[in-house]
Amino acid sequence: MTHHETEAETVYGIMAEFEHEEDVLEAAEAAYARGYRAMDAFSPHPVEGLAEAIGFHKNRVALVVLLGGLTGGLSGFFMQWYTAAVEYPFDVGGRPYFSWPAFIPITFEMTVLFAAISGVVGLILLNGLPRPYHPAFNAANFATASTDGFFLCIQSDDPMFEAEAVQAFLTEFEPKSLSVVPL
Amino acid sequence: MHNSELEPMPPNAVLRPGHTFASVTDKIGSLVLVRPYELKWFIGFGIGFSLLMTLLFSAARLFYYGVGIWGIDVPVMWGFAIVNFVWWIGIGHAGTLISAILLLLKQEWRTSINRFAEAMTLFAVACAGMFPLLHLGRPWLFFWLLPYPNTMGLWPQWRSPLIWDVFAVSTYATVSLLFWYVGLIPDLATLRDRARNKWAKMGYGVFALGWRGSAMHWHRYRTVYMLLAGLATPLVVSVHSVVALDFAASLMPGWHTTVFPPYFVAGAIFSGFAMVATLAIPLRAWYGLKDFITDKHLENMCKVMLATGLVVAYGYMMEAFMAWMGNNPNEKFVLLENRPFGPYAHTWRLMMLCNVIAPQVFWFKWARTNVYFIWFMSIVVNIGMWLERYVIVITSLHRDFLPSSWSMYHGTVWDYATYYGTIGLFTTLLFLFIRFLPVISIAEMRELVHETGHKHGRPETSPGSAS
Repeated sequence: MTHHETEAETVYGIMAEFEHEEDVLEAAEAAYARGYRAMDAFSPHPVEGLAEAIGFHKNRVALVVLLGGLTGGLSGFFMQWYTAAVEYPFDVGGRPYFSWPAFIPITFEMTVLFAAISGVVGLILLNGLPRPYHPAFNAANFATASTDGFFLCIQSDDPMFEAEAVQAFLTEFEPKSLSVVPL
Repeated sequence: MHNSELEPMPPNAVLRPGHTFASVTDKIGSLVLVRPYELKWFIGFGIGFSLLMTLLFSAARLFYYGVGIWGIDVPVMWGFAIVNFVWWIGIGHAGTLISAILLLLKQEWRTSINRFAEAMTLFAVACAGMFPLLHLGRPWLFFWLLPYPNTMGLWPQWRSPLIWDVFAVSTYATVSLLFWYVGLIPDLATLRDRARNKWAKMGYGVFALGWRGSAMHWHRYRTVYMLLAGLATPLVVSVHSVVALDFAASLMPGWHTTVFPPYFVAGAIFSGFAMVATLAIPLRAWYGLKDFITDKHLENMCKVMLATGLVVAYGYMMEAFMAWMGNNPNEKFVLLENRPFGPYAHTWRLMMLCNVIAPQVFWFKWARTNVYFIWFMSIVVNIGMWLERYVIVITSLHRDFLPSSWSMYHGTVWDYATYYGTIGLFTTLLFLFIRFLPVISIAEMRELVHETGHKHGRPETSPGSAS
């Protein structure tokens, strides 16, 4: 369990495994209060407040979705106006070329289409996915992070990181297991 | 999974009490990971696949001979193809309603049925999409529907609901696929971590994108999931409204009514919930999922069917009322004479029986709690909603403004073969889905275990109940 000889350069972090989500939440809050910043928590389903506990409060995907939606809506409307009123005006019973109310349904569909695509692409890219390999997968029992295990990892790139101190700190919360994750 | 820890099912539960994170994961995950191919699966898949071959054969024949092999002729140029298109796309709508609208309304009973309802949406939209393409006559020129710079210098007619439909349906298919896939990512990661077979591990791993359940990832994930639900909600309403406008924007008596969009949307949800019940009842029986898809779910589905069925009945009534009070002799003829008493009266009467009269039994508790009866009723509603589209498309067209062109329409054997063929496509895709992907969202079930546990004590001993 303890690897006193490990160097910070060869270690990704120290991973603690917990049985209940309340425990990982408590440990995460305490770690943040202690001053650790470079850390991540892992859970099989979203845990209310866990991201906030490790200091992650705001994500920017909503902005990405908004920008995507605006782009889709504006380009959809522009496409219809340009093709119907400028590029190839077509007289149908003397109706106006720029008949904007008839352009609304496609403008709406384009808004939704672009917003949804940018939301999903934004989610994947902001999360740094696809990334089939990640050091976290090396942690003990990490396969249970997708079933019923809750994990907290204090990473070695934290300025305060010091292997023994982190291990001692995490042991206070009586984790189910504690492992040094190689980089 | 330790059955001894499970408690008896309380009457209103949406999840059997006693389930833990591990037991729901185990139970749902094992359906695809450890359960071997079964005879039941092969029989179901075999029936679907044979019908799919029928679709391929009739489509090949259609491409060779043209749409003349169908029963369409002047004046009924919209036959089975449009009937089936509207029927299938309507069925898809319940999936989006369950996954998006009920999510926003925080209806936790949706959790165990949303995954396969979304899959149903995707497959139904795939079936629906076949028909507009097939009925084009020259389907290989389908891209003329899309705006692209071409040598003719032409652009689509943006003022036509048929072009709106192209955008609405393709957007709907894309967004439904994205929504479904985003929901699947955490479950694919679960399957990747639990699979023992190397190829299964790799297959699920590729599509899981390396998901590792990071708290920051979940944070973004939840935002996107809620936003997709928020986007899908007006989208689903717009899709069937646009489908309704395909009819309503014309001048055809029986089509040209303002009640069409809302009543089409309600009809779509009505038929979609019927299809969810049609699929859910055998699914939960065969795969032992009664802990997750409980009697409470079925009862709620019946209530939704009753409510949307009443909106549909209101639509029928309003059509007739407007024709009666209005001053259009053609409309009066179509709605008050031809439909109830004309040559297709039997279709109209059967539709009324299936869609308006029969669902009224769901006012009674015994009807909403008898599984066999619910399944029977779901078939009745599916048939009724198909007949509705038949009545709308055929009876309006076959007596158009020019009596000299009046005639009768009947589907040919190829119309039926194509229709049953798409049922085969749907069934085939559904059985593949059941075999390879979790039919219930595992991650959301764990959340449900957590939520029901917190309300009533520890997860291990909690009596889960519906709110």
